[in-house]
Amino acid sequence: MSMFQIFSVSGSAVSAQSQRLNVVASNLANADTVAGPDGQAYKARQVVFQTALMGAGNDIGSAGVKVSTISEDQTPGRRVLDPKHPKADAEGYVTYSNVNTVEEMVNMISASRSYQNNIEVMSTAKSLLLKTLQMGQS
Amino acid sequence: MLNRLTDALNFQTQALALRSERQRLLASNIANADTPGYQARDMDFARALREATSASGVGGNSASPGAAGTAGASAGPNNLARTQAGHLALSMGARRESELLFSTAAQTNMDSNSVDMDRERASFADNSVKYEATLRFINGSVRTALDAMKSHNAG
Repeated sequence: MSMFQIFSVSGSAVSAQSQRLNVVASNLANADTVAGPDGQAYKARQVVFQTALMGAGNDIGSAGVKVSTISEDQTPGRRVLDPKHPKADAEGYVTYSNVNTVEEMVNMISASRSYQNNIEVMSTAKSLLLKTLQMGQS
Repeated sequence: MLNRLTDALNFQTQALALRSERQRLLASNIANADTPGYQARDMDFARALREATSASGVGGNSASPGAAGTAGASAGPNNLARTQAGHLALSMGARRESELLFSTAAQTNMDSNSVDMDRERASFADNSVKYEATLRFINGSVRTALDAMKSHNAG
């Protein structure tokens, strides 16, 4: 039954989207961070999705999703003049993270909608399969 | 005589297998709605059903569809030729890649992803309803057959 593969397809999409939500959460949490783990300002991260074939062989019918890489945004961070700040440089500027909050919120909405879509796909597939199991019984 | 009963079921079985295959395709499209460069696929259901039923010979040979994939069997427009023992059979209802169509999005996307979520969701709902309809047809035929087999005074 090819319908059973829907669970692995949608399941992979759900886990990829939840990873995306995770990254969005860490970006939003670090929107005002001055120093990241490397001492530099925090760099916004972004997941890169890739199609992952789930079926046997080269069956393109069941194409799941996987997160291929998590890339860091290399644009320079926000610079704010604040000479009294302990992290201020010689010119008195503090470099904050390069997280764009509006972009991250949009990303979050998109991820949660996709998550919902895939959950709905799975519940539809589940109810259809349960009805298939009762075939000829009623 | 039983042949006639199973022949009617055979058509519905093929339809059900194709419906579940299409359901899987649409689920893949929905799963990849955010994957850059993904091309949405869909199938021509009418053509696929026509080919599937003519290949398995509905009304003629009523071999179970699963048996169509025995080694050496190569005929049938939706069957890949399997000339070596190591060749894998496509699962029932699975399509060759060349038989799948590309669906184009109504609005183009920056990341060349061609999934049109509105249409995919609509097709998914449509396909689930039709899957259930096919299931009911099968249940109906089974019930009819069982009723016909019942003895007169069994109630």
